[in-house]
Amino acid sequence: MIRHVLGRLAATVFIAVVLAFFTLPMLWLASAPFDDTPTITTSIPDFTLRNFAAILDNPYALGSIRNSLIQGGGAAALVVVLAALAAYALSRVRVPGRDILLYVLLLLSSVVTGTAAMVPIFELATRLDLIDTHLGVVLVVSGGLLPAAIFILKDFMDETPTSYEESARVFGASPLQILRHIVIPLVRPGLATIAVWALASVWGGFLFQFILLRDPEKAPGSVILYTLYTEGGAPRLDLISTFSLLYSLPVVAMYLFVSHRYGFRFHGGIKR
Amino acid sequence: MARPTSAADAAGLGRGRAVAFVLPALVLIAVFLVFPALWTIYLGLTDYRLTGLAAANPQVVGLDNYTGALEDPRFLTSLWLTILYVGGSAIIGQAGLGFALAWILRSRTGPLRRVVEGVVLLSWILPSTVVGFLWFALLDRDDGTLNALLHTPGFAWLLDYPLLSIIIFNVWRGTAFSMMLYSAALENVPPSHLETARLAGAGVPQQLRDVVFPHLRRHILTNLLLISLWTFNDFTPFVLTGGGPEGRSEILPVYVYRVALRDGQLGVGAAISFLILLINLVFALAYLRLLRGRRRQQEVAAAGGPPA
Repeated sequence: MIRHVLGRLAATVFIAVVLAFFTLPMLWLASAPFDDTPTITTSIPDFTLRNFAAILDNPYALGSIRNSLIQGGGAAALVVVLAALAAYALSRVRVPGRDILLYVLLLLSSVVTGTAAMVPIFELATRLDLIDTHLGVVLVVSGGLLPAAIFILKDFMDETPTSYEESARVFGASPLQILRHIVIPLVRPGLATIAVWALASVWGGFLFQFILLRDPEKAPGSVILYTLYTEGGAPRLDLISTFSLLYSLPVVAMYLFVSHRYGFRFHGGIKR
Repeated sequence: MARPTSAADAAGLGRGRAVAFVLPALVLIAVFLVFPALWTIYLGLTDYRLTGLAAANPQVVGLDNYTGALEDPRFLTSLWLTILYVGGSAIIGQAGLGFALAWILRSRTGPLRRVVEGVVLLSWILPSTVVGFLWFALLDRDDGTLNALLHTPGFAWLLDYPLLSIIIFNVWRGTAFSMMLYSAALENVPPSHLETARLAGAGVPQQLRDVVFPHLRRHILTNLLLISLWTFNDFTPFVLTGGGPEGRSEILPVYVYRVALRDGQLGVGAAISFLILLINLVFALAYLRLLRGRRRQQEVAAAGGPPA
Protein backbone atom coordinates (compact mmCIF):
# COMPACT_ATOMS: atom_id res chain seq x y z
CA MET A 1 0.00 0.00 0.00
CA ILE A 2 2.79 2.41 1.00
CA ARG A 3 4.63 1.41 -2.15
CA HIS A 4 1.53 2.24 -4.16
CA VAL A 5 1.17 5.70 -2.57
CA LEU A 6 4.85 6.44 -3.06
CA GLY A 7 4.55 5.36 -6.67
CA ARG A 8 1.62 7.71 -7.26
CA LEU A 9 3.52 10.53 -5.59
CA ALA A 10 6.65 9.92 -7.66
CA ALA A 11 4.58 9.84 -10.84
CA THR A 12 2.91 13.15 -9.96
CA VAL A 13 6.22 14.84 -9.17
CA PHE A 14 7.67 13.46 -12.41
CA ILE A 15 4.77 14.83 -14.46
CA ALA A 16 5.09 18.24 -12.79
CA VAL A 17 8.82 18.40 -13.58
CA VAL A 18 8.22 17.31 -17.18
CA LEU A 19 5.50 19.93 -17.62
CA ALA A 20 7.80 22.66 -16.28
CA PHE A 21 10.68 21.51 -18.49
CA PHE A 22 8.60 21.53 -21.65
CA THR A 23 6.69 24.74 -20.90
CA LEU A 24 9.57 26.93 -19.73
CA PRO A 25 11.14 27.68 -23.16
CA MET A 26 7.72 28.47 -24.63
CA LEU A 27 6.77 31.13 -22.10
CA TRP A 28 8.73 33.78 -23.98
CA LEU A 29 6.56 33.14 -27.04
CA ALA A 30 3.48 33.85 -24.97
CA SER A 31 4.74 37.01 -23.26
CA ALA A 32 7.19 38.90 -25.50
CA PRO A 33 4.85 39.55 -28.47
CA PHE A 34 2.48 41.44 -26.19
CA ASP A 35 5.20 43.40 -24.38
CA ASP A 36 5.69 47.09 -25.02
CA THR A 37 9.48 46.76 -24.79
CA PRO A 38 10.26 43.06 -25.12
CA THR A 39 13.57 41.79 -23.83
CA ILE A 40 15.17 38.36 -23.80
CA THR A 41 13.89 37.74 -20.29
CA THR A 42 10.41 36.31 -19.94
CA SER A 43 8.33 38.70 -17.86
CA ILE A 44 4.77 39.82 -17.31
CA PRO A 45 4.23 42.08 -20.34
CA ASP A 46 3.24 45.75 -20.37
CA PHE A 47 0.33 44.80 -22.55
CA THR A 48 0.26 46.17 -26.08
CA LEU A 49 -0.77 45.04 -29.54
CA ARG A 50 1.53 47.51 -31.26
CA ASN A 51 4.03 44.79 -32.20
CA PHE A 52 1.40 43.11 -34.34
CA ALA A 53 0.77 46.35 -36.21
CA ALA A 54 4.54 46.70 -36.69
CA ILE A 55 4.97 43.22 -38.13
CA LEU A 56 2.06 43.75 -40.53
CA ASP A 57 3.93 46.79 -41.86
CA ASN A 58 6.83 44.57 -42.86
CA PRO A 59 6.44 44.11 -46.64
CA TYR A 60 7.38 40.42 -46.61
CA ALA A 61 5.85 39.13 -43.36
CA LEU A 62 2.32 38.20 -44.46
CA GLY A 63 3.44 37.12 -47.93
CA SER A 64 6.00 34.80 -46.41
CA ILE A 65 3.32 32.97 -44.44
CA ARG A 66 1.40 32.52 -47.70
CA ASN A 67 4.59 31.19 -49.32
CA SER A 68 5.04 28.75 -46.45
CA LEU A 69 1.46 27.57 -46.92
CA ILE A 70 2.06 26.96 -50.65
CA GLN A 71 5.39 25.18 -50.12
CA GLY A 72 4.43 23.28 -46.96
CA GLY A 73 0.95 22.40 -48.18
CA GLY A 74 2.26 21.37 -51.59
CA ALA A 75 4.97 19.17 -50.13
CA ALA A 76 2.62 17.61 -47.55
CA ALA A 77 0.03 16.78 -50.24
CA LEU A 78 2.64 15.36 -52.60
CA VAL A 79 4.30 13.29 -49.87
CA VAL A 80 1.01 11.89 -48.57
CA VAL A 81 -0.32 10.90 -52.02
CA LEU A 82 2.91 9.40 -53.39
CA ALA A 83 3.86 7.70 -50.12
CA ALA A 84 0.37 6.22 -49.70
CA LEU A 85 0.38 4.75 -53.21
CA ALA A 86 3.90 3.37 -52.83
CA ALA A 87 3.37 2.05 -49.29
CA TYR A 88 0.15 0.30 -50.32
CA ALA A 89 1.73 -1.44 -53.28
CA LEU A 90 4.82 -2.39 -51.26
CA SER A 91 2.64 -3.71 -48.47
CA ARG A 92 0.40 -5.85 -50.68
CA VAL A 93 2.64 -7.15 -53.45
CA ARG A 94 5.87 -8.99 -52.86
CA VAL A 95 8.69 -7.12 -54.54
CA PRO A 96 12.13 -8.69 -54.30
CA GLY A 97 14.56 -6.62 -52.24
CA ARG A 98 11.77 -4.41 -50.91
CA ASP A 99 13.03 -4.10 -47.35
CA ILE A 100 16.64 -3.52 -48.35
CA LEU A 101 15.48 -0.80 -50.75
CA LEU A 102 13.47 0.93 -48.03
CA TYR A 103 16.40 0.84 -45.60
CA VAL A 104 18.86 2.19 -48.14
CA LEU A 105 16.52 5.05 -49.05
CA LEU A 106 15.90 5.82 -45.38
CA LEU A 107 19.64 6.00 -44.75
CA LEU A 108 20.20 8.19 -47.80
CA SER A 109 17.40 10.55 -46.86
CA SER A 110 18.73 11.19 -43.37
CA VAL A 111 22.29 11.81 -44.58
CA VAL A 112 21.82 13.57 -47.89
CA THR A 113 19.47 16.26 -46.63
CA GLY A 114 22.46 17.67 -44.74
CA THR A 115 24.87 20.35 -45.79
CA ALA A 116 27.12 18.29 -48.05
CA ALA A 117 24.51 17.77 -50.76
CA MET A 118 23.75 21.49 -50.94
CA VAL A 119 25.93 22.07 -53.98
CA PRO A 120 24.62 19.14 -56.06
CA ILE A 121 21.05 20.09 -55.19
CA PHE A 122 21.65 23.71 -56.10
CA GLU A 123 23.24 22.72 -59.43
CA LEU A 124 20.44 20.27 -60.15
CA ALA A 125 17.77 22.89 -59.43
CA THR A 126 19.60 25.40 -61.63
CA ARG A 127 19.72 22.99 -64.57
CA LEU A 128 16.06 22.02 -64.19
CA ASP A 129 15.17 25.72 -64.05
CA LEU A 130 13.67 25.35 -60.57
CA ILE A 131 15.52 28.19 -58.81
CA ASP A 132 13.16 30.81 -57.38
CA THR A 133 10.08 28.63 -57.84
CA HIS A 134 7.74 27.17 -55.25
CA LEU A 135 7.77 23.94 -57.25
CA GLY A 136 11.54 23.61 -56.79
CA VAL A 137 11.25 23.76 -52.99
CA VAL A 138 8.29 21.35 -52.99
CA LEU A 139 10.07 18.75 -55.14
CA VAL A 140 13.40 18.92 -53.29
CA VAL A 141 11.96 18.66 -49.78
CA SER A 142 9.47 15.96 -50.86
CA GLY A 143 12.32 13.83 -52.18
CA GLY A 144 13.92 14.00 -48.75
CA LEU A 145 10.72 13.26 -46.80
CA LEU A 146 9.32 10.43 -48.93
CA PRO A 147 11.46 7.49 -47.71
CA ALA A 148 10.56 7.95 -44.03
CA ALA A 149 6.92 8.59 -45.01
CA ILE A 150 6.75 5.34 -47.00
CA PHE A 151 8.48 3.52 -44.15
CA ILE A 152 5.95 4.66 -41.54
CA LEU A 153 2.88 4.35 -43.81
CA LYS A 154 3.79 0.83 -44.87
CA ASP A 155 3.47 -0.12 -41.21
CA PHE A 156 -0.07 1.25 -41.11
CA MET A 157 -0.95 -0.57 -44.33
CA ASP A 158 0.49 -3.85 -43.04
CA GLU A 159 -1.74 -3.53 -40.02
CA THR A 160 -5.02 -3.28 -41.93
CA PRO A 161 -6.64 -6.69 -42.47
CA THR A 162 -6.76 -7.79 -46.07
CA SER A 163 -10.12 -9.53 -45.72
CA TYR A 164 -12.07 -6.33 -46.52
CA GLU A 165 -10.18 -5.96 -49.74
CA GLU A 166 -10.79 -9.58 -50.64
CA SER A 167 -14.53 -9.26 -50.19
CA ALA A 168 -14.63 -5.98 -52.11
CA ARG A 169 -12.85 -7.76 -54.91
CA VAL A 170 -15.37 -10.54 -54.90
CA PHE A 171 -18.02 -7.89 -55.50
CA GLY A 172 -16.08 -6.58 -58.47
CA ALA A 173 -14.38 -3.44 -57.17
CA SER A 174 -11.32 -2.26 -59.06
CA PRO A 175 -7.99 -1.84 -57.23
CA LEU A 176 -8.28 1.96 -57.32
CA GLN A 177 -11.81 1.78 -55.89
CA ILE A 178 -10.59 -0.56 -53.17
CA LEU A 179 -7.80 1.86 -52.33
CA ARG A 180 -10.12 4.86 -52.24
CA HIS A 181 -13.10 3.41 -50.43
CA ILE A 182 -11.54 0.80 -48.15
CA VAL A 183 -7.84 1.24 -47.52
CA ILE A 184 -7.65 5.02 -47.24
CA PRO A 185 -10.46 5.31 -44.67
CA LEU A 186 -8.75 2.58 -42.62
CA VAL A 187 -5.33 4.23 -42.55
CA ARG A 188 -6.58 7.79 -42.24
CA PRO A 189 -4.84 8.41 -38.88
CA GLY A 190 -1.58 7.39 -40.50
CA LEU A 191 -2.12 9.71 -43.45
CA ALA A 192 -2.98 12.57 -41.10
CA THR A 193 0.15 11.88 -39.06
CA ILE A 194 2.34 11.97 -42.15
CA ALA A 195 0.67 15.17 -43.38
CA VAL A 196 1.33 16.99 -40.11
CA TRP A 197 4.87 15.64 -39.90
CA ALA A 198 5.65 16.70 -43.48
CA LEU A 199 4.11 20.14 -43.08
CA ALA A 200 5.91 20.75 -39.77
CA SER A 201 9.29 19.76 -41.26
CA VAL A 202 8.87 22.05 -44.26
CA TRP A 203 7.44 24.85 -42.11
CA GLY A 204 10.57 25.10 -39.97
CA GLY A 205 13.02 24.21 -42.76
CA PHE A 206 15.63 26.79 -43.58
CA LEU A 207 18.60 25.47 -45.55
CA PHE A 208 16.92 24.34 -48.81
CA GLN A 209 14.58 27.30 -48.90
CA PHE A 210 17.52 29.63 -48.33
CA ILE A 211 19.61 28.32 -51.23
CA LEU A 212 16.76 27.65 -53.69
CA LEU A 213 14.98 31.02 -53.39
CA ARG A 214 16.66 34.36 -53.93
CA ASP A 215 13.60 36.49 -54.46
CA PRO A 216 12.39 37.65 -51.00
CA GLU A 217 8.85 37.73 -52.45
CA LYS A 218 8.96 33.91 -52.59
CA ALA A 219 10.80 33.27 -49.32
CA PRO A 220 8.90 31.37 -46.59
CA GLY A 221 8.54 32.62 -43.02
CA SER A 222 11.41 30.54 -41.69
CA VAL A 223 13.80 32.54 -43.91
CA ILE A 224 12.10 35.90 -43.36
CA LEU A 225 12.45 35.42 -39.58
CA TYR A 226 16.22 35.84 -39.97
CA THR A 227 15.82 39.17 -41.76
CA LEU A 228 14.16 40.88 -38.80
CA TYR A 229 17.33 42.61 -37.59
CA THR A 230 18.24 46.27 -37.29
CA GLU A 231 20.71 47.74 -39.76
CA GLY A 232 23.38 47.35 -37.07
CA GLY A 233 22.71 43.60 -36.92
CA ALA A 234 20.92 43.51 -33.56
CA PRO A 235 17.79 41.32 -33.43
CA ARG A 236 14.53 43.28 -33.34
CA LEU A 237 13.01 41.32 -30.48
CA ASP A 238 9.59 42.94 -30.85
CA LEU A 239 9.29 41.82 -34.49
CA ILE A 240 10.99 38.45 -34.00
CA SER A 241 8.81 37.39 -31.08
CA THR A 242 5.60 38.59 -32.72
CA PHE A 243 6.38 36.99 -36.05
CA SER A 244 7.45 33.76 -34.30
CA LEU A 245 4.04 33.60 -32.65
CA LEU A 246 2.15 34.36 -35.87
CA TYR A 247 4.28 31.87 -37.79
CA SER A 248 3.70 29.11 -35.23
CA LEU A 249 -0.08 29.45 -35.21
CA PRO A 250 -0.87 27.73 -38.55
CA VAL A 251 1.04 24.52 -37.75
CA VAL A 252 -0.38 24.39 -34.25
CA ALA A 253 -3.88 24.90 -35.64
CA MET A 254 -3.35 22.16 -38.19
CA TYR A 255 -2.08 19.80 -35.52
CA LEU A 256 -5.08 20.52 -33.27
CA PHE A 257 -7.48 19.99 -36.16
CA VAL A 258 -5.87 16.72 -37.20
CA SER A 259 -5.55 15.33 -33.69
CA HIS A 260 -9.15 16.22 -32.94
CA ARG A 261 -10.49 14.83 -36.17
CA TYR A 262 -8.42 11.72 -36.78
CA GLY A 263 -6.38 11.06 -33.69
CA PHE A 264 -2.66 11.45 -33.95
CA ARG A 265 -0.63 8.36 -33.60
CA PHE A 266 2.26 6.35 -34.81
CA HIS A 267 2.91 2.70 -35.15
CA GLY A 268 6.44 1.52 -35.06
CA GLY A 269 7.78 -1.70 -36.27
CA ILE A 270 9.02 -3.55 -39.22
CA LYS A 271 6.75 -6.29 -40.35
CA ARG A 272 6.66 -8.60 -43.21
CA MET B 1 3.27 -12.80 -35.93
CA ALA B 2 2.84 -14.18 -39.41
CA ARG B 3 0.79 -11.94 -41.63
CA PRO B 4 -0.37 -13.05 -45.05
CA THR B 5 -0.07 -9.54 -46.45
CA SER B 6 2.42 -9.82 -49.24
CA ALA B 7 1.66 -13.39 -50.18
CA ALA B 8 -2.04 -12.79 -50.77
CA ASP B 9 -2.19 -9.67 -52.98
CA ALA B 10 -5.67 -9.20 -51.55
CA ALA B 11 -6.66 -6.25 -53.70
CA GLY B 12 -5.73 -8.03 -56.92
CA LEU B 13 -3.22 -5.33 -57.64
CA GLY B 14 -0.92 -7.37 -59.82
CA ARG B 15 2.69 -6.60 -60.67
CA GLY B 16 1.91 -3.98 -63.31
CA ARG B 17 -0.32 -1.79 -61.16
CA ALA B 18 1.97 -2.22 -58.16
CA VAL B 19 4.84 -0.83 -60.22
CA ALA B 20 2.66 2.06 -61.39
CA PHE B 21 1.80 2.86 -57.75
CA VAL B 22 5.42 2.82 -56.61
CA LEU B 23 6.91 4.55 -59.63
CA PRO B 24 6.01 8.26 -59.00
CA ALA B 25 7.54 8.18 -55.52
CA LEU B 26 10.60 6.34 -56.78
CA VAL B 27 11.16 8.80 -59.63
CA LEU B 28 11.00 11.77 -57.27
CA ILE B 29 13.36 10.04 -54.83
CA ALA B 30 15.73 9.07 -57.63
CA VAL B 31 15.98 12.58 -59.05
CA PHE B 32 16.07 14.63 -55.87
CA LEU B 33 17.69 12.23 -53.42
CA VAL B 34 19.66 9.42 -55.05
CA PHE B 35 21.10 11.55 -57.84
CA PRO B 36 22.46 14.30 -55.50
CA ALA B 37 23.76 11.52 -53.25
CA LEU B 38 25.72 9.91 -56.08
CA TRP B 39 26.97 13.33 -57.10
CA THR B 40 28.14 13.93 -53.53
CA ILE B 41 30.00 10.63 -53.54
CA TYR B 42 31.72 11.67 -56.78
CA LEU B 43 32.58 15.11 -55.34
CA GLY B 44 34.22 13.32 -52.41
CA LEU B 45 36.81 11.97 -54.81
CA THR B 46 37.76 15.41 -56.16
CA ASP B 47 39.47 18.56 -54.84
CA TYR B 48 36.35 20.61 -55.63
CA ARG B 49 36.25 23.95 -53.78
CA LEU B 50 33.63 26.63 -53.37
CA THR B 51 35.89 29.31 -54.87
CA GLY B 52 39.19 29.58 -56.70
CA LEU B 53 40.88 27.49 -59.34
CA ALA B 54 39.61 24.12 -58.12
CA ALA B 55 36.04 25.44 -58.30
CA ALA B 56 36.26 25.95 -62.05
CA ASN B 57 38.17 22.83 -62.87
CA PRO B 58 38.08 20.20 -60.12
CA GLN B 59 40.56 17.35 -60.34
CA VAL B 60 40.00 13.80 -59.20
CA VAL B 61 42.25 13.18 -56.21
CA GLY B 62 41.12 9.64 -55.39
CA LEU B 63 40.95 8.73 -51.73
CA ASP B 64 43.04 11.65 -50.46
CA ASN B 65 40.00 13.34 -48.92
CA TYR B 66 39.17 10.19 -46.99
CA THR B 67 42.66 9.61 -45.62
CA GLY B 68 42.88 13.32 -44.81
CA ALA B 69 39.59 13.26 -42.90
CA LEU B 70 40.44 10.09 -40.99
CA GLU B 71 43.76 11.60 -39.91
CA ASP B 72 42.20 14.92 -38.86
CA PRO B 73 41.94 14.90 -35.05
CA ARG B 74 38.94 17.24 -35.29
CA PHE B 75 37.05 14.59 -37.25
CA LEU B 76 37.66 11.98 -34.57
CA THR B 77 36.76 14.43 -31.78
CA SER B 78 33.63 15.34 -33.70
CA LEU B 79 32.71 11.67 -34.14
CA TRP B 80 33.11 11.09 -30.40
CA LEU B 81 30.96 14.17 -29.60
CA THR B 82 28.31 12.91 -32.03
CA ILE B 83 28.23 9.50 -30.33
CA LEU B 84 27.80 11.21 -26.93
CA TYR B 85 25.12 13.45 -28.44
CA VAL B 86 23.17 10.55 -29.98
CA GLY B 87 23.57 8.36 -26.89
CA GLY B 88 22.65 11.11 -24.44
CA SER B 89 19.87 12.90 -26.27
CA ALA B 90 18.28 10.20 -28.44
CA ILE B 91 18.81 6.82 -26.82
CA ILE B 92 18.77 7.82 -23.14
CA GLY B 93 16.93 11.12 -23.33
CA GLN B 94 14.20 10.91 -25.97
CA ALA B 95 13.56 7.17 -25.85
CA GLY B 96 13.83 7.01 -22.02
CA LEU B 97 11.70 10.05 -21.30
CA GLY B 98 9.29 9.17 -24.11
CA PHE B 99 8.76 5.69 -22.71
CA ALA B 100 8.42 6.96 -19.14
CA LEU B 101 5.74 9.42 -20.23
CA ALA B 102 3.88 6.83 -22.30
CA TRP B 103 3.99 4.37 -19.38
CA ILE B 104 2.80 6.84 -16.73
CA LEU B 105 0.09 8.36 -18.91
CA ARG B 106 -1.18 5.06 -20.34
CA SER B 107 -3.93 4.49 -17.81
CA ARG B 108 -4.88 8.13 -17.38
CA THR B 109 -7.48 9.95 -19.34
CA GLY B 110 -8.81 13.45 -19.16
CA PRO B 111 -7.26 16.88 -19.06
CA LEU B 112 -3.93 16.04 -17.40
CA ARG B 113 -2.96 13.57 -20.10
CA ARG B 114 -4.09 15.93 -22.86
CA VAL B 115 -2.11 18.84 -21.40
CA VAL B 116 1.11 16.85 -20.94
CA GLU B 117 0.88 15.28 -24.40
CA GLY B 118 -0.06 18.62 -25.92
CA VAL B 119 2.92 20.46 -24.43
CA VAL B 120 5.38 17.72 -25.41
CA LEU B 121 3.98 17.63 -28.96
CA LEU B 122 4.02 21.42 -29.21
CA SER B 123 7.78 21.47 -28.63
CA TRP B 124 8.08 19.06 -31.55
CA ILE B 125 5.76 20.87 -33.91
CA LEU B 126 6.98 24.46 -33.48
CA PRO B 127 9.10 25.60 -36.46
CA SER B 128 12.84 24.97 -35.88
CA THR B 129 13.75 28.55 -36.64
CA VAL B 130 11.33 29.76 -33.94
CA VAL B 131 12.63 27.15 -31.50
CA GLY B 132 16.17 28.48 -31.94
CA PHE B 133 15.10 31.91 -30.74
CA LEU B 134 13.11 30.43 -27.85
CA TRP B 135 16.17 28.61 -26.50
CA PHE B 136 18.31 31.69 -26.92
CA ALA B 137 15.87 33.59 -24.78
CA LEU B 138 15.99 30.77 -22.22
CA LEU B 139 19.76 30.34 -22.01
CA ASP B 140 21.06 33.84 -22.69
CA ARG B 141 23.99 34.75 -20.48
CA ASP B 142 22.89 38.19 -19.35
CA ASP B 143 19.10 38.24 -19.55
CA GLY B 144 18.13 34.60 -20.02
CA THR B 145 14.99 33.35 -18.32
CA LEU B 146 16.82 30.40 -16.78
CA ASN B 147 19.42 32.59 -15.09
CA ALA B 148 16.68 34.88 -13.84
CA LEU B 149 14.82 31.89 -12.36
CA LEU B 150 17.87 30.28 -10.78
CA HIS B 151 19.37 33.60 -9.61
CA THR B 152 22.59 32.81 -11.45
CA PRO B 153 23.11 36.02 -13.46
CA GLY B 154 25.89 35.88 -16.01
CA PHE B 155 26.10 32.08 -16.09
CA ALA B 156 26.98 31.12 -19.66
CA TRP B 157 25.26 27.75 -20.14
CA LEU B 158 26.13 27.53 -23.83
CA LEU B 159 29.80 28.34 -23.21
CA ASP B 160 30.39 26.29 -20.06
CA TYR B 161 28.26 23.25 -20.91
CA PRO B 162 27.85 23.34 -24.70
CA LEU B 163 27.37 19.60 -25.24
CA LEU B 164 25.02 19.20 -22.29
CA SER B 165 23.01 22.20 -23.50
CA ILE B 166 22.44 20.78 -26.97
CA ILE B 167 21.67 17.34 -25.50
CA ILE B 168 18.96 18.79 -23.25
CA PHE B 169 17.73 20.92 -26.15
CA ASN B 170 17.35 17.86 -28.35
CA VAL B 171 15.52 15.92 -25.62
CA TRP B 172 13.07 18.82 -25.39
CA ARG B 173 12.74 18.96 -29.16
CA GLY B 174 12.33 15.30 -30.02
CA THR B 175 10.76 13.37 -27.13
CA ALA B 176 7.30 13.64 -28.69
CA PHE B 177 8.06 11.10 -31.43
CA SER B 178 9.12 8.39 -28.97
CA MET B 179 6.25 9.19 -26.62
CA MET B 180 3.67 8.81 -29.38
CA LEU B 181 5.23 5.65 -30.72
CA TYR B 182 5.41 4.00 -27.29
CA SER B 183 1.87 5.10 -26.36
CA ALA B 184 0.57 3.41 -29.49
CA ALA B 185 2.70 0.35 -28.79
CA LEU B 186 1.62 0.04 -25.14
CA GLU B 187 -1.97 -0.32 -26.30
CA ASN B 188 -0.96 -3.65 -27.80
CA VAL B 189 0.16 -5.08 -24.46
CA PRO B 190 -2.71 -7.25 -23.23
CA PRO B 191 -3.93 -5.80 -19.91
CA SER B 192 -4.63 -9.30 -18.62
CA HIS B 193 -0.92 -10.14 -18.75
CA LEU B 194 -0.10 -7.10 -16.64
CA GLU B 195 -2.90 -7.93 -14.22
CA THR B 196 -1.60 -11.49 -13.82
CA ALA B 197 1.90 -10.21 -13.15
CA ARG B 198 0.60 -7.72 -10.61
CA LEU B 199 -1.43 -10.35 -8.80
CA ALA B 200 1.65 -12.55 -8.69
CA GLY B 201 3.34 -9.74 -6.77
CA ALA B 202 5.58 -8.37 -9.49
CA GLY B 203 6.74 -4.78 -8.97
CA VAL B 204 6.86 -2.26 -11.76
CA PRO B 205 10.45 -3.13 -12.81
CA GLN B 206 9.57 -6.83 -13.07
CA GLN B 207 6.36 -6.06 -14.97
CA LEU B 208 8.34 -3.98 -17.42
CA ARG B 209 11.03 -6.61 -17.83
CA ASP B 210 8.86 -9.70 -18.06
CA VAL B 211 5.65 -8.49 -19.69
CA VAL B 212 6.06 -5.11 -21.37
CA PHE B 213 9.48 -5.18 -23.00
CA PRO B 214 9.01 -8.57 -24.69
CA HIS B 215 5.89 -7.15 -26.36
CA LEU B 216 7.59 -3.92 -27.34
CA ARG B 217 10.96 -5.11 -28.64
CA ARG B 218 10.18 -4.42 -32.27
CA HIS B 219 8.80 -0.96 -31.54
CA ILE B 220 11.75 -0.12 -29.32
CA LEU B 221 14.27 -1.11 -31.96
CA THR B 222 12.48 0.76 -34.80
CA ASN B 223 12.20 3.81 -32.61
CA LEU B 224 15.87 3.68 -31.65
CA LEU B 225 16.88 3.23 -35.29
CA LEU B 226 14.87 6.21 -36.51
CA ILE B 227 15.76 8.64 -33.72
CA SER B 228 19.45 7.65 -33.82
CA LEU B 229 19.59 8.31 -37.56
CA TRP B 230 17.76 11.62 -37.23
CA THR B 231 19.86 12.78 -34.28
CA PHE B 232 23.11 11.68 -35.91
CA ASN B 233 22.37 13.95 -38.87
CA ASP B 234 20.75 16.79 -36.97
CA PHE B 235 22.03 20.24 -37.86
CA THR B 236 19.77 22.21 -35.49
CA PRO B 237 22.29 22.46 -32.58
CA PHE B 238 24.21 24.79 -34.85
CA VAL B 239 21.73 27.59 -34.18
CA LEU B 240 22.44 27.34 -30.44
CA THR B 241 26.22 26.96 -30.21
CA GLY B 242 27.57 27.18 -33.77
CA GLY B 243 29.72 24.17 -32.86
CA GLY B 244 31.68 26.15 -30.29
CA PRO B 245 33.27 27.09 -28.05
CA GLU B 246 36.49 25.67 -29.51
CA GLY B 247 34.60 22.88 -31.25
CA ARG B 248 33.27 21.45 -27.98
CA SER B 249 29.81 20.96 -29.46
CA GLU B 250 30.93 20.42 -33.06
CA ILE B 251 28.96 17.30 -33.93
CA LEU B 252 29.50 15.77 -37.38
CA PRO B 253 26.84 17.67 -39.39
CA VAL B 254 28.24 20.95 -38.05
CA TYR B 255 31.78 19.76 -38.83
CA VAL B 256 30.73 19.02 -42.43
CA TYR B 257 29.17 22.47 -42.68
CA ARG B 258 32.41 24.10 -41.44
CA VAL B 259 34.63 22.14 -43.82
CA ALA B 260 32.38 22.30 -46.89
CA LEU B 261 30.76 25.70 -46.79
CA ARG B 262 32.79 27.88 -44.39
CA ASP B 263 36.24 26.66 -45.41
CA GLY B 264 34.97 26.05 -48.95
CA GLN B 265 36.46 22.54 -49.25
CA LEU B 266 33.44 20.93 -50.88
CA GLY B 267 35.32 17.80 -51.92
CA VAL B 268 36.49 17.08 -48.38
CA GLY B 269 33.02 17.83 -47.00
CA ALA B 270 31.45 15.41 -49.46
CA ALA B 271 33.94 12.71 -48.46
CA ILE B 272 33.09 13.18 -44.78
CA SER B 273 29.38 12.96 -45.62
CA PHE B 274 30.02 9.61 -47.23
CA LEU B 275 31.90 8.47 -44.11
CA ILE B 276 28.86 9.55 -42.05
CA LEU B 277 26.65 7.47 -44.35
CA LEU B 278 28.86 4.43 -43.73
CA ILE B 279 28.75 4.98 -39.94
CA ASN B 280 24.95 5.23 -40.12
CA LEU B 281 24.89 2.02 -42.12
CA VAL B 282 26.77 0.26 -39.31
CA PHE B 283 24.18 1.58 -36.81
CA ALA B 284 21.30 0.38 -38.98
CA LEU B 285 22.82 -3.06 -39.53
CA ALA B 286 23.41 -3.49 -35.80
CA TYR B 287 19.76 -2.69 -35.05
CA LEU B 288 18.56 -5.02 -37.81
CA ARG B 289 20.67 -7.86 -36.42
CA LEU B 290 19.22 -7.30 -32.98
CA LEU B 291 15.74 -7.23 -34.47
CA ARG B 292 16.21 -10.49 -36.37
CA GLY B 293 17.76 -12.25 -33.38
CA ARG B 294 14.98 -11.10 -31.10
CA ARG B 295 12.26 -12.04 -33.53
CA ARG B 296 13.53 -15.58 -33.81
CA GLN B 297 13.62 -15.89 -30.02
CA GLN B 298 10.09 -14.52 -29.85
CA GLU B 299 8.82 -16.97 -32.42
CA VAL B 300 10.39 -19.83 -30.54
CA ALA B 301 8.87 -18.54 -27.31
CA ALA B 302 5.47 -18.06 -28.94
CA ALA B 303 5.50 -21.53 -30.44
CA GLY B 304 6.79 -23.37 -27.39
CA GLY B 305 5.77 -21.31 -24.39
CA PRO B 306 2.46 -21.61 -22.61
CA PRO B 307 0.01 -18.75 -23.10
CA ALA B 308 0.78 -16.58 -20.09
